[in-house]
Amino acid sequence: MRSLIDIATLTVAEIDELIATADDIIANPEKYAHKCAGKKLATLFFEPSTRTRLSFEAAMYELGGNVLGFSEANSSSAAKGESVADTAKTVSCYADIIAMRHPKEGAPLVASMNASIPVINAGDGGHNHPTQTLADLLTIHREKGRFDNLTVGLCGDLKFGRTVHSLITALRRYKGIKFVLISPNELKLPDYVKASLEKEGFPYIETTDLEEVMPELDILYMTRVQQERFFNEEEYLRLKDSYILTPEKLTTAKSDLSILHPLPRVNEISVAIDKDPRACYFKQVLYGKFMRMALILKLLEVE
Amino acid sequence: MTVNEIKNGIVLDHITAGKGMEIYNLLGLDKLDCQIALIKNALSRKMGKKDIIKIDADIDINTDIIGYVDPDITVNVIKDGKNVEKKTIDLPERLENVLVCKNPRCISATEQELPHIFTLSDRENRVYRCLYCEAQAKD
Repeated sequence: MRSLIDIATLTVAEIDELIATADDIIANPEKYAHKCAGKKLATLFFEPSTRTRLSFEAAMYELGGNVLGFSEANSSSAAKGESVADTAKTVSCYADIIAMRHPKEGAPLVASMNASIPVINAGDGGHNHPTQTLADLLTIHREKGRFDNLTVGLCGDLKFGRTVHSLITALRRYKGIKFVLISPNELKLPDYVKASLEKEGFPYIETTDLEEVMPELDILYMTRVQQERFFNEEEYLRLKDSYILTPEKLTTAKSDLSILHPLPRVNEISVAIDKDPRACYFKQVLYGKFMRMALILKLLEVE
Repeated sequence: MTVNEIKNGIVLDHITAGKGMEIYNLLGLDKLDCQIALIKNALSRKMGKKDIIKIDADIDINTDIIGYVDPDITVNVIKDGKNVEKKTIDLPERLENVLVCKNPRCISATEQELPHIFTLSDRENRVYRCLYCEAQAKD
């Protein structure tokens, strides 16, 4: 029995396998429509997240399975003071697999250490969000047909942006990847992540100027400055509009640039860009569902 | 200064001078009833000066704690007045309930029953990270 807590625990071969399954689901959805008949997914969302929860639920329904769960801590026994470990043990009696989102970092790991069924980390605070990274990877793969030899711009909140950290972890295993880190000084990538890139001799550049580096990019991964990660509202208000992507800023971009965003966006991508063929963020949402389907099949060991 | 030899017990030698009391406290030696000698700033040919702890009882000690604080320490096991085993300590791969995670967003900050577990993430720089949230251990 395996869980997925951190994207780094998946090998390159396993990611390839998940992508192959997702591609097959996209091509032949009817083949998968009853694969999880009789199976139940428990969505334990201790923090509101409409998008990720609905994606997991849609994924399970499209596999012919059922879903139970809760969408905020107040409607769970956590409100009565139950530990994550006890919740995991209890839910193991009702369901076949768990998808857990929790505001505290490491909570899904604790759940996986106590559950007798697989646990999927659906986001733990500012820490990990592996299924978002799987969605990002499928999007990149379907748009570019490869993972190697790409210049990947990561823009916005690189300090608290867990999706950015996980994507770096996943992509650094491929050859010829160059990261371009675009953020205000206050929201730079943490030193320990940069130190690990340097240790491996991994090329990256750091800049505060998006327009300057735009012509180089194959992928532009935009992120939202997340209010919930700030203890100080003044600082949030000062930084939230640091980078807003507009059609004017894209004039120097490559014609085959792929613009990704984990969503939800606030205002960091102008809606005028939504019709641009380079905008991939809504496709990314759809691909996220397919990757979650592939992951559920893998963890439930459904052939 | 003379401290008698011990008959059955443990001698922690080559403790970096000044760290003896920290080791004493972390190992909870204050809770033992046997004779214990903590020698500070003993002369050492190799180190100049060092701390030594002699415990006059055959007890199990947590070498993970020692390895984390000062991996150069040697542990000598004394039986019938003879040094029967000399152990060198390596940096432990995992520390349980030795350090406390100081990240307020970590699950271990909320759930008091959870053991505080740290794993060695960078041997060269002796960096430990919380198993749950991966925050770096801070003294």
